[in-house]
Amino acid sequence: MISLEVPRKFRPLVEQAHLLASEVFRPISRKYDEAEHTYPKELDMLAALIDGMSDGGESGGAGAAGVRRSGGESPGVRNGSNMSTALSIMELCWGDVGLLLSMPRQGLGNSAIASVADDEQRERFNGMWAAMAITEPGAGSDSAAIRTTAVLDEDTGEYVLNGEKIFVTSGDRADLIVVWATLDRSLGRAAIKSFVVERENPGLHLDRLEHKLGVRASDTANFRLEDCRVPRENLLGSPEVDAGRGFAGVMQTFDNTRPLVAAMAVGLTRACLQETRRLLVGEGVCADPDTPAALQSAAAAELLSMDADYESARLLTLQASWMADNSRPNSLQASMAKAKAGRTCVDVAMRCVRLCGPLGYGQELLLEKWARDAKILDLFEGTQQIQLLIIARQLLGKTSAELR
Amino acid sequence: MSATERGMRLGLRVLGRIAGSQRLDRLRVRRPAERLLYRATRDGFRASGAAGRTFKAARRSQPARLQAAGESGLFDLTPTEEQQMVTDAFREFAEQQLRPAAGAADSACAAPRELLEQIAELGLSMLGVPEEIGGAVSERSSVTSVLAAEALAHGDMGLAVAALAPASVATALGLWGDGDQQATYLPALLGDEMPAAALALGEPRALFDPAMPRTLARRDAGGDYVLDGIKALVPRAAENSLLIVGAQIEGESPALFLLETGARGVLSRPAPTMGVRAAATGHVLLPDVRVPAAALLGGGDPAVYAACVRRARLAWCALSLGTAQAVLDYVIPYVNDRVAFGEPISHRQAVAFTISDIAIELEGMRLATLRAASRADAGRDFAHEVAVARTLCAEKGAWIGSEGVQLLGGHGYVTEHPVERWYRDLQAAGVFEGALLV
Repeated sequence: MISLEVPRKFRPLVEQAHLLASEVFRPISRKYDEAEHTYPKELDMLAALIDGMSDGGESGGAGAAGVRRSGGESPGVRNGSNMSTALSIMELCWGDVGLLLSMPRQGLGNSAIASVADDEQRERFNGMWAAMAITEPGAGSDSAAIRTTAVLDEDTGEYVLNGEKIFVTSGDRADLIVVWATLDRSLGRAAIKSFVVERENPGLHLDRLEHKLGVRASDTANFRLEDCRVPRENLLGSPEVDAGRGFAGVMQTFDNTRPLVAAMAVGLTRACLQETRRLLVGEGVCADPDTPAALQSAAAAELLSMDADYESARLLTLQASWMADNSRPNSLQASMAKAKAGRTCVDVAMRCVRLCGPLGYGQELLLEKWARDAKILDLFEGTQQIQLLIIARQLLGKTSAELR
Repeated sequence: MSATERGMRLGLRVLGRIAGSQRLDRLRVRRPAERLLYRATRDGFRASGAAGRTFKAARRSQPARLQAAGESGLFDLTPTEEQQMVTDAFREFAEQQLRPAAGAADSACAAPRELLEQIAELGLSMLGVPEEIGGAVSERSSVTSVLAAEALAHGDMGLAVAALAPASVATALGLWGDGDQQATYLPALLGDEMPAAALALGEPRALFDPAMPRTLARRDAGGDYVLDGIKALVPRAAENSLLIVGAQIEGESPALFLLETGARGVLSRPAPTMGVRAAATGHVLLPDVRVPAAALLGGGDPAVYAACVRRARLAWCALSLGTAQAVLDYVIPYVNDRVAFGEPISHRQAVAFTISDIAIELEGMRLATLRAASRADAGRDFAHEVAVARTLCAEKGAWIGSEGVQLLGGHGYVTEHPVERWYRDLQAAGVFEGALLV
């Protein structure tokens, strides 16, 4: 039966997440935007709380625990952890995207572990904070072109990793880093595997922390891997190089994480709209849903138009997570949600800054910060253009060789 | 009776009709366009309700009302079984009957009568009317109506409008008619000889706001209302026997009036539009037309009028979904087949990304429309959700129509391909007020 409301059972979770966002994130939002590279220690207490929420069942925290697909054990429609996680992320990112990205034990590496690790690995890495290292100086969107190599040392039973990784979110703060590397460059994407590397590994060298446009509360690390040895048990998934499935396996993580990045964008968009609405009401501008936009002020009409795009992005995000919860293939919908939410949050944030003028552009309020934070959401986990490529290939039935 | 059983009944009842229609001679709808009823060359206003249809007043002490749909408390995008069956049936009908007839009906500014009869036989007007008075549902069913409208518009928007206009009047009577109004009009609207009927809210001027119609309803000493004004974009304006007219009660709020066009003085004039031409829209002139107090729909409650405006916008959203999907379904094989510079043009990102963007925006339109409709069914406030759906369907829908032509280049501009018609049709979702509702 068609209904697109927030599930009743998740309402307490949403309220709880909203409370955290408004009571914990917002008050320290500007502080860590200014103090880039300073660890937000307030998050330690919060992380413990989120762990509790995640352990409580179908109420994922910031994305790490809840993206594993269930086998559809109960008949009928499910509203599960993919959706609850998306909903709580929306609230937390209404508070602050950078702080959400800095949440201990909620890294994308944790998502990868939760999604593709075997039971033994999940047990072994339980409770640890895992970052994700995919991008290299010469391979961003083109993740099949990564050069970091992993060679098995039969004598010691270890993989030896060599290469360079950039843009590793929380890389210096995490306990573990999930590194993408190739077993054999000549075999292309099928040979790409992910390896869990402990932060303390002597072969892992921190080059630097980036200075960024936004999400400054979240650290972005660049690493060198020099003869970095990891036990063979740290390879996630199958060590076989299967031309048919290998890369699809690592890429499958994205079907689960893209709706979560879309959810971040949705949360930030709502923050911008809400703040702008508040400021405009102060100037006597209020949008009426029933009156044609052309009969309202230009500012009110803009609010209506931005709100429509916001809702479109939000519903697309919920759709993608709903499909994941119900074990339906959602890679098309995940990319649609990511593409729409990513561009909407940038567009809305910039328009809100302009509508609010000096209040939007100035640093006393948070609108200008949100407009800076927004841009990352249209870049990471697949840029806008990568999403459009994925969608087009599916709709047109094209391979990545035909539609480049 | 459980919800499933009720659902099955809806399914069986409507599907029984659909099955019956399979026996209809499909060739009948392919009669040449010249034989259509519409007389496009006739100018000027003439007496409306050409068939001279009258309605026999009947009485019923209590109106039948649909319950609000139950809520599972879950987020769910799965249609019910009967919604799926109805959608499949209308979709198939649209493919086989509406799409082939669309071009000729567009040129002729009229819908073939046989086609409208066939759609009526499918039970379209039963979808929003309570079972106990001859309809097919026991709960509010805007979602079902949205799905049906989308399915029909995938065949052709103009023909869908012509068919849905009388069904909308039936739905409005189910929602707001009193016992007598339901007993008087619904038997005809649900019967085999369904009269033309429509919802007349629009008016011919720029910056029209349906909340402030200039058509006036003056109360006279005897308690009757005298309607004075001009309504625009009324489907099948020349042949309507029954209208629901929006008018401002003098000194009060806007309200809806049931108007039998056989009443003295109701005039209509064809006023063809850029698109949805098969709907044969026109102006309806109301020069001091007297209606009894009993013609007031929903007791003149301003909330009823506002809900009517919102539900009409929702109906146009539903239509835009069907037509926008038709665009997407048409351009995908086209850009894969069309070769330029030695390879299919779909291998170019400028082309491929347009396809992606059409799909993204269309899906957003669809989800927003369904959300508004499901809230209406559940008896929740849906003003904001309709505004969202309307904004998306008007802006993105028109954009999709434009890109549909663009992707075909010059070929898109000629009538050999349907995309130029869809370009014109998709502009309607942001222009029309009233005419239909769900």
